[in-house]
Amino acid sequence: MSNRAPANLPASDIEDEGHERRSYVIGLVLALVLTTGAFAVVWFDLFSGAAALAALGLLAVVQAVVHLRYFLHIDLQRSHRDDLLLILFTVLILLIMVSGTIWILYDQHMRMMP
Amino acid sequence: MSLSERLHPGINLAGTDPESHEAAEEVLFGFWIFLMSDLVLFAVLFATYAAMSVQGIAEGPRPAEVFDLTAAFLETLLLLFSSFAFGFAMLEMKYRENRRGVLGWLLVTGLLGAGFVGMELHDYYVMVTAHGATPQTSGFLSAYYLLTGTHALHVSSGLVWMAVMAVQVVVFGLSPAVKLRLMRLALFWHMLDVVWIGIFTFVYLYGVVS
Repeated sequence: MSNRAPANLPASDIEDEGHERRSYVIGLVLALVLTTGAFAVVWFDLFSGAAALAALGLLAVVQAVVHLRYFLHIDLQRSHRDDLLLILFTVLILLIMVSGTIWILYDQHMRMMP
Repeated sequence: MSLSERLHPGINLAGTDPESHEAAEEVLFGFWIFLMSDLVLFAVLFATYAAMSVQGIAEGPRPAEVFDLTAAFLETLLLLFSSFAFGFAMLEMKYRENRRGVLGWLLVTGLLGAGFVGMELHDYYVMVTAHGATPQTSGFLSAYYLLTGTHALHVSSGLVWMAVMAVQVVVFGLSPAVKLRLMRLALFWHMLDVVWIGIFTFVYLYGVVS
């Protein structure tokens, strides 16, 4: 097993390490900024009530995408369609289950109020 | 199809080890299916927690009274840096097949991960002793311990897996099989960090804000 790419492989087919390392560093910096931003919203009371919840939710979604893109190397262009479908389908199932559960339990809670 | 075209989603070997890269498609796709089903488990726990943290307080303390945001922030940093360190272990493996480099970065990853689990256990200890917030106190706390406990258990099993892989790297070297196992562990570890984003946002920060 060789560590080198075959000689007949075009240079553009060999990924460049510096590029990949940069991807991890960019991911780390973005994640740090987003995390600190989320905690700052709470620590410094930047927003109140629903606006704070919305801002925190948005920051979390953006950070999850950053992790998927820069740490897990998921990108839209080069993945197989099957794999992307797997991830998107799971996200759909998650949204249905989570929002459905919260909705139904909230509704039940309201009906059980004395 | 050129070799650099990724056969599977996520961390890959691309042109540095073309044969293993081709062989990786099946096992890594299978592992992605596992990761996604694991994510479904976490989603159900999140949904339970979301309902319980609002409607299940009972006579117990409210979220804002028991959470320590500074600890949560430090735990977030520990897990983030540990994920980052694993990235560098993968680079050592992919571009240099350097055993010492891989082992060194795995050690850094493991220590940061162990620090995370240690801090979380300390959090539990403070909550139980200082606030009397045991899992039996209220539905909110049952759901809290279940959700964060499941995550901590995942991280702990990741640490055990990491120790096993370190031994395999020493004994077998960076053979194709070992490489593929390390790639799956990397996916698992990064995914746990993604789940933690949900926990620090929807459990800790939401709990303190509302």
